Amino acid sequence: MSAKVVYKRPDSLIDRPTHFCPGCGHGIVHKLLAGAIDELGIRENTILVAPVGCAVLAYNYLSVDVCEAAHGRPPAVATGIKRVHPDRIVIAYQGDGDLLAIGMGETIHAANRGEKITVFFINNAIYGMTGGQMAPTTLKDQKTKTSPYGRNPAEAGYPIRACELIDTLEAPVFIERCAVNNVKNILKTKRAIVKGLKNQADGRGYSFIEILSMCPTGWGVKPTEATGWIDQAMVPWFPLGNLRDREG
Amino acid sequence: MAKRILMKGNEAIGEAALIAGCRFYFGYPITPQNELPAYMASRMPQVGGTFIQAESEVAAINMVFGASAAGARAMTSSSSPGISLKQEGISYLSGAKLPAVVVNMMRGGPGLGNIAGSQCDYFQAVKGGGHGDYRCIVLAPSGVQELADLTIRAFDLADRYRVVVILLGDGFLGQMSEPIVLPEPSGKSFDKGAWALTGAKGRAPHSIVSLRLNPEDALEKLNLELQETYREIEKAETLQEEWQTEDARFLLVGFGLSSRLCRAAVGQLRKDGIQAGLFRPITLWPFPADALRRAAAGKERVLTVEMNAGQMVEDVRLSLGDRIPVDFYGTLGGAVPAVETIVERIKSHVR
Repeated sequence: MSAKVVYKRPDSLIDRPTHFCPGCGHGIVHKLLAGAIDELGIRENTILVAPVGCAVLAYNYLSVDVCEAAHGRPPAVATGIKRVHPDRIVIAYQGDGDLLAIGMGETIHAANRGEKITVFFINNAIYGMTGGQMAPTTLKDQKTKTSPYGRNPAEAGYPIRACELIDTLEAPVFIERCAVNNVKNILKTKRAIVKGLKNQADGRGYSFIEILSMCPTGWGVKPTEATGWIDQAMVPWFPLGNLRDREG
Repeated sequence: MAKRILMKGNEAIGEAALIAGCRFYFGYPITPQNELPAYMASRMPQVGGTFIQAESEVAAINMVFGASAAGARAMTSSSSPGISLKQEGISYLSGAKLPAVVVNMMRGGPGLGNIAGSQCDYFQAVKGGGHGDYRCIVLAPSGVQELADLTIRAFDLADRYRVVVILLGDGFLGQMSEPIVLPEPSGKSFDKGAWALTGAKGRAPHSIVSLRLNPEDALEKLNLELQETYREIEKAETLQEEWQTEDARFLLVGFGLSSRLCRAAVGQLRKDGIQAGLFRPITLWPFPADALRRAAAGKERVLTVEMNAGQMVEDVRLSLGDRIPVDFYGTLGGAVPAVETIVERIKSHVR
């Protein structure tokens, strides 16, 4: 009698403890990404650009070619790589400070050129790596190290909705916002990740997937509370769902 | 015999880059180097290459970073204010040991300055404008032929040592048209298989990083490796030209465009019976200090001429120490040194 494997670590995920805090969403997204890479059979064909931020050590966890980029520059670096290797799958993995603050120019213009890359945007409404400062996606009244009295829109503006911003551009082929705070949402995220990578494998064009993710350390809440905070505080401002899917 | 053609400096760089096998150019408009991106926009599609007008200087240098990480020969170009914006990328390229060619057709500064040629970015190029202990090889052409020839050399040096090579010209050189013979490809090739990102097919994944947090790949180790490479470059790659130095009493030192005015001054001085010669560094880093010491031995005085407030003269003085008096004549804000002034400055020391 032989045992049937029903669940295992994806081959593309390196067997190693992560440096992520307890309750952090990056580990879930890494696992989903590795699973999608396995599913599509593209591990040997994938080049990932890691951001400055908590995901900078992606090469420790994902068994693919990885390039670091300066803060905010992954879309430009990914553009350079993809233009050299149009037949490879090129991924930019970015956080909210990286993608929407310092790298806003690179983000919008890579999307507008319709670079045939896949961008994964981890939105946790805070700067995690540097210790919990206000991000472009920090919610109204949310307290952070640099908005200690709560984000005041009169001074700091409102949280930026990346998907809706990119949805104003003509070139992108796929735009979706997901979350990794419960099983149902994780499964939807998995499908969006696979779709975003498959679009590129099929030569379709620029795909943008925003993932609402927990940062209990940065938010100052317990990991068990963080998943609920996404539903209560983030989803009302950042509605989940597909904004564009131009397949075929 | 090879055919001579008339070419503008900025366009000669572009054609030479294509001859060197560069198929990836990323740039952003700024005067006085606009002919180069325009040339690449026109030529790249004809040779199956990529031209992107980036959204910023910052994006352009990071596209170069990506293309270089992917194993390709890539370049960008700009002029002074734009090169300031590229300093972050140049530091990251250096930290990640990625080859790249960056062209700076200098203009007057600081700030927006003007669009006239200048040599005011010597410090930035030679001493490092970005953060960290890194060096760029800096090549200083003095005419259109040399712009083309040194472009070929720049790609080979970048690939051989995995460093950034800066081609440091100025706005006048870029705009100047001269007859040239297009250079031949060097024929050299460099294997990037050990590190380039191509997808981990049949091998362990490659990672290109400049973050070094762990003891086993400590930042100190990376820095020591970089310094070792820089010592190797200093030993092997200095270049200079000496003209009428042997019997000279007075030695002029100038690079790029100002060296051409020095050459005219040497001719004038010799006509007037004063033995003068010219020492022209072609590599600004590594600086040809030993060759300069030899050339200056036994001379009465040295006069360094630059289109700035006195930048290379510091390296001239570091090279020569107290052996010989070193004077300086510089012009600022896009002004060009006058041959008569150079001649007068030398004559004032003739007893």
